[in-house]
Parts: sequence; C-alpha cells; structure tokens
Amino acid sequence: MTTATFDLAADVPKRSSAAGIAVVLLLPIALVNAIGFILPVLNLARMSFNEALPGGGIAETLTAANWTGLLQDRFYLDLIVNSVAVSLGITLATLLASYPIALYLHRASGAWRTFLTVLVISPLLTSAVVRTYGWIALLAEQGPVANVIAAMGFQPPRMMFNTTGVVIGLTEILMPYMILSLMAGFGRLDPKVEEAARTLGATPFRTFWRVILPLTLPGIALGCLLCFVLAISSFITPKLMGGGRVFLLATEIYDQAIVTLNWPLAATLSMLVLIIFGAALAVYSRVLRMIDQG
Amino acid sequence: MEDNPTSWFMRVTVGLLFLFLLAPVLLVFPISFSGDRVLAFPPSSWSLRWYEALLGNSVMMRAFLTSLGLAAVVTVLSLIIAIPASYAIVRLKVRGSEFLFNLFTAPLLLPTIVLGLAILMIFASAGLLATFTGLVIGHLVITLPYALRVLSVSLGNLSLACEEAASSLGAKPLIVFRKVTLPMMAPGIVAATALCFLVSFDEVVITLFLTGPRMTTLPVELFHHVESQADPLVASVSVLLILMTIAVVMIVDRTMGLTKAFVK
Repeated sequence: MTTATFDLAADVPKRSSAAGIAVVLLLPIALVNAIGFILPVLNLARMSFNEALPGGGIAETLTAANWTGLLQDRFYLDLIVNSVAVSLGITLATLLASYPIALYLHRASGAWRTFLTVLVISPLLTSAVVRTYGWIALLAEQGPVANVIAAMGFQPPRMMFNTTGVVIGLTEILMPYMILSLMAGFGRLDPKVEEAARTLGATPFRTFWRVILPLTLPGIALGCLLCFVLAISSFITPKLMGGGRVFLLATEIYDQAIVTLNWPLAATLSMLVLIIFGAALAVYSRVLRMIDQG
Repeated sequence: MEDNPTSWFMRVTVGLLFLFLLAPVLLVFPISFSGDRVLAFPPSSWSLRWYEALLGNSVMMRAFLTSLGLAAVVTVLSLIIAIPASYAIVRLKVRGSEFLFNLFTAPLLLPTIVLGLAILMIFASAGLLATFTGLVIGHLVITLPYALRVLSVSLGNLSLACEEAASSLGAKPLIVFRKVTLPMMAPGIVAATALCFLVSFDEVVITLFLTGPRMTTLPVELFHHVESQADPLVASVSVLLILMTIAVVMIVDRTMGLTKAFVK
C-alpha cells in the first residue's frame, strides 16, 4: 500500500469523490435492505429465544425452551420428518415429470424451441393462487381427473384435502424451475456423443443410462436442490389444497404467527427452515464434488 | 431420429407432460364462462355471470385498484432506487461491490414465508401493518433484487466507448449519464419495469402477513376467497390476470426478447 501511494496521489481527490457519490447512490437501496431484510431477520433469530406468554404475549428472555420443546414434542418431530419426506417426494416427482421435457427442448431448435420455452416459462408468470385454484377444479370429487379414472373402470382416489393433492399441485408448480435448471445443465450434452454410443451398438436405453444421464447429473442436482428448497417452504398450495388437514412446516409457521399468535414458536420454526436450507445446500455441494470426481 | 422407435414414444410422453404442466392454467378459461353456482368442470351451462359478479364485487374491485396502485408505486420506486445502485456497483466499482451486490439480492434467497414473518414482526411494532407504506416497503424488499440484477447485467453488457467519447468531448458526468448511459440501458429498464410490476402485482405470501381487513391486495383477496369457498369467480379474475401478464410479457418480448430477459 505504501509504495502505491505515490502513483495514486494524483488520483486521490477524484477517487474519494467517486466513493462519496457511490455512497449517495447506494444509500436508498441499503436503507430498504436494512429495514426490510437485515433488521427483520436478526430480530427473527432473536425472537426464537423469547418466551411466549399465554394470549399472544412475549417475554424478552434468552431461553432455548422453544428449541428444546420443538425437539421433544412428538407433533413437531413428525411435522419436520413429514415436511422433509413430502418435499423429497415432490422433488423426485418433479424431476421425473421435467426430465423428458428438458431433454426434448434441448434437442429442439429454432422457432419451435422458442415457442416451447415460452410455454414452459408462462406458468411461472402465473400466480400460484391461480394455478392452485386450477388444480382444485381438476382434482375435485366428480372433477375431470376423477371422471377419467372412473371411465377407465377404477375407483377414483381422494385427491383433495390430503397429501396427494398437495404433491400433484406442487409438482406441476415447480416443474418450470426444474426444466430451466436441467436445461442449464444440459450444455455438456453433445449430440455427437449420443451418436457415437448408438453407432457403437448401444441400445437407446443403454445410451441413456450410461451416456446421457451421467452427463446431465449436474443439472439434475441443481434442479433438485432448487425444487426441494421451494417445496419445503411453499405455503399457498399446501394451505389451499390441504384444507387444514395437511400439516407442513410452512403452514405451521403461518398458523402459529397469525392464528395462535405464538411468535417465538413461529420464529423458531422459521429458523429451522433456514437450517434445513443450509443442510440441503451442504448435500448439494457434496453431490457436486462426487459428480466431479466421477 | 424419425426412424427411431423411441421417438414417437418420447413425443407422446412430452406431449402429455406439457398437458399436465399447462392444464391448471388452461382450465380457468372455460370455467370463467361457467353458468353454474359452484366450481365444476365441465360446467353444465355457459354465461358471463361471473364476469358480472366480479364487476359487482366491491371488495375484489377495491383490492384490484390497490394492487394496481401498489405495483405502479413499487415499480417506479424500484427503478429510482436500483438504477443509481446498479451504476455505483457496475460503473464506479466501489470497494466490495460484489459483496454489496450479493447483500442487496440476498432477500431472494430467503423463503417468502420466513421473510414475511420477519417483516411482520418489525412492522407490527412500527405500526406499518395494513398500511400502504408498509406494503410498498415490503414489496420493495423483493422487487429491488430483481431490478438490481437485471439493470446490472444490462449495464455490464454496454461498452464504455460511447460514454468515454461523450466525456472526452467535454460532457459532464451527469449529462453523460442522462444523454448516453440511460438511453442505452433502455431495454434493461423495460425488462426491470415489467419484472418489478409482475412480481409486486402477483406477490402473495409476504403480502398476506402485511395486509388486514382495512388494506388488502388482489392476490391476497383471491387467496382468502379460494380458502373459504369454491365458485367460478376466481376463474374470471384469473383470466383477466393471465391476459394482463401476457400483455406485459409481449411488451418485454418486443423490446428485448423474452428468453433473454428471463432465462439468462
């Protein structure tokens, strides 16, 4: 630093005025960030160590009671396990439903590809409430899906106000994220490699299993991380399609915050979601390293 | 590919999966013209009664106007705040600009249910719940990251040559910015405008925590409506929302290309 001072001397007034301007330009966004993000999140973390009083009161304490209580309560342990399991199931279903579309899009070209990409993105721009409403209409008793199943001679299962409906709805809602992640990861997939496998006598299934799938693993890992994280924190679809009978972390956070008014518990559950986020991220980077090492 | 036996199988599979992906959105169109009193598909008769019911529903109409005003205010503020910020981060390259960029886009990493609860707790003690100001700040928290990201990419892709030429010809920095940089950023600004408007207009989870009976937005009102009853009213609102989204997306597509704006 000392040696550079000489050369920079002429630049100093200009530099400091640039820094001054930068501070002014960045001040508004920093203010919104501080009021709407940093302060609330710090407060949330602090709130998880407060004590909830009956009737919605809060005692400013520093107790781990919310955390220990959570881990000793059968209901909450089940809730956590159930949320993770359902989210993993949704992630797997989303992957299976998205992979063929992504592969098809990757191979398509020109205007057809652009058109299909727009079709994939368009649900993303439609409100989750609207899409969930569409699913409620589709999966209702006597609804079109139930009618098709009945026409095929089967007894239609209950698909509303239970986990089945939530899984179907969320799978569809998360598909665009998965398809876009998969397509981003498909860059390594060269059609020439597939052709080579085919000319060397591999069956289509073998080509897929030994060539295509391994090359697309990074995209799969990214899509799964994104969908798991979005599934476990999703609220609108479980709330509307679960009809109060499906208990997941996000719906419980809302109920504790708005209905029961137990803010310390809601804050603790929120922090738990963030911890699960961190764990998912750790698993993801580990999987990526394993893929890299072959 | 044509003689490959798996090809038609793949096509049918992809076709069915696309149907699955688009079914709930497509379904609201016929339902909105239902003549039935309750939500059912296919409807037993057709009518425009649910569009009439929507126009006569003062709660929905007021929520719609609130959402429209809110999205407009939030979009304008997002641009006013994010354009200077992107200039400071991309052009002035202040120390730690990468850290600042990550910090200012970090709210997008948090689940909205957590962010909504966190903001609720702060706003409750500040008396900002169910106020227009509170909603504006709450929405800015998530529109600013989008705006900053889109504008920074757009600014970063511009070559410095024109700005340097203008300032070497004696133009003051503010003039260079107004007459050269800003017009060249136009496509990015259009994309940021559309994105902020759509994000604010569609936002529901954070807003759910910040609204009350006194002040509510259209998505929140729709949520409460679906929660309490199943009738085709929501379908008619949905159709109007989808048409509005298509209009906004077409504007973006005309100015800079949809795939460029959203995929990259």
